[in-house]
Amino acid sequence: MRDVAIVSYAQTPYQSSVSAQNEVEMLMPILSEAVEKSGIPRKEIGFTCSGSTDYLAGQSFSFVMAVDALGAWPPIRESHVEMDGAWALYESWVKIQTGEVDSALIFSFGRQSMGDLPSVLCLQLDPYVLQPLHPDGISLAALQARALLDAGKSSEREWAQIAVRSRADAKDNPDALVKGDADVDAFLAESCVASPLRPHTLPPVTDGAAAMVIAAGDLARRVSEKPVWIRGIDHRLDPHMPGVRDLTVSPSTAKATEKAGGAAGVEVAELHAPFAPQEVILRDAMGLGSDVKINPSGGPLAAHPMMVAGLARIGEAARQIWGGKAGRALAHATQGPCLQQNLVTILEAD
Amino acid sequence: MADANEPVSVVGIPSRVEYTYSPGRATTRFLRAIEQKRLMGQRCTGCGKVYIPPRGACPRCGLPTDEEVELTDKGTVVSFTVVRVPSENIQLELPYAAGSILLDGADIPFQALLRDVEVADVRPGMRVQAVWVDDAELQPSFTNIKWFHPIDEPDVPFEKFQEHL
Repeated sequence: MRDVAIVSYAQTPYQSSVSAQNEVEMLMPILSEAVEKSGIPRKEIGFTCSGSTDYLAGQSFSFVMAVDALGAWPPIRESHVEMDGAWALYESWVKIQTGEVDSALIFSFGRQSMGDLPSVLCLQLDPYVLQPLHPDGISLAALQARALLDAGKSSEREWAQIAVRSRADAKDNPDALVKGDADVDAFLAESCVASPLRPHTLPPVTDGAAAMVIAAGDLARRVSEKPVWIRGIDHRLDPHMPGVRDLTVSPSTAKATEKAGGAAGVEVAELHAPFAPQEVILRDAMGLGSDVKINPSGGPLAAHPMMVAGLARIGEAARQIWGGKAGRALAHATQGPCLQQNLVTILEAD
Repeated sequence: MADANEPVSVVGIPSRVEYTYSPGRATTRFLRAIEQKRLMGQRCTGCGKVYIPPRGACPRCGLPTDEEVELTDKGTVVSFTVVRVPSENIQLELPYAAGSILLDGADIPFQALLRDVEVADVRPGMRVQAVWVDDAELQPSFTNIKWFHPIDEPDVPFEKFQEHL
């Protein structure tokens, strides 16, 4: 295996709507920032990969338009995944492993505010096996939360505590959207959106974009004073059909964590749990101890740009290492309803 | 009536999603100008190329196109096609021509209808001008230009527009 490191990361300030900007206008500043910080000239970056979904814009092949932001002339090697940007990172990491390239630019973007996300995602992909019912992500997450309560594995109070912690930590993150001091009992007094989920357990509607540059061993050491090494990266999935799963556990997360190198020694974990109860499932699947700091960025309850939030977990975990807050960090990304797909990355300082 | 025991093999599942689309800063400026019957392109700060309608970025350089450039509504046909096959959504009488029009001063052509001309006479290099809707009907939309039609100016030689096909 070739050593691969994150050498730069940039993200937009997350907003509930960036309606003044189109995707390209949103992307250009952060692409420039990520490339500039990487120390690798744009024309020398070997591979470019993006993660997004056309369903957010409601325009087929709209992801191609994002290439306008790249300055892709002379032609570049470029690819796209209809997944969160974390999976674009995965493809780029594999590309570097093949030895064809030594560096890659990864980016992802989403203007979720243009449509109603629960209905959009329901029609986009998941789970079409239940399609006549049109089950949306919030309703499915509510079923999962209910299963957790029924199994005695968590409580509504624990979810409110997660939300309070997320908003408090987000105060230190200038890019976060939902932040501030909140109160567990006040949260528990809210009415349910989809029982047992109250508004504070849901991810905020968020627009935004993120970009990252990774590089192989010697190049990373040459361009970066503090490369953040990707020690392991692994993607696993649970069955597409929610009805065949025990929704209170996440075997795919457990497997991905194990294959990525395990959670031992991890000081910080950025977990992509779009709904507060899912954090409980992830912590359990990963075997994270109480000494592990969870989502110091504020996490997905503080900002959840669809298709970006997973890559943002990896970027935020890298920032923790760059900032000297951790030597070893875990970053997790998810896609699909009820944590169907899970990608785990283990990051380390030099 | 079908047999009650006949397995159902097909069901219709009506679905609908609605979006609130916004085109971004650059295209908004273009649309606000065309509402006033003005054609505003944007120039790349890197390579100097002028884009219309602008989308905010120069795809060649990956840079913002922040400089506004007002263009005339005259241009050159750089390529064209003649439509002879009917289509459900098109009400025009057949055959008709559609062309790639390069406005004077622009570096990228856009597509538009070509009318007030026999299709057999349409050719690359032909000079054309926009035909606008009545002022009362102006909207923030490219449909303000109904079509382009020929004007009495000499054809432009191929060498002058070959980079802009």
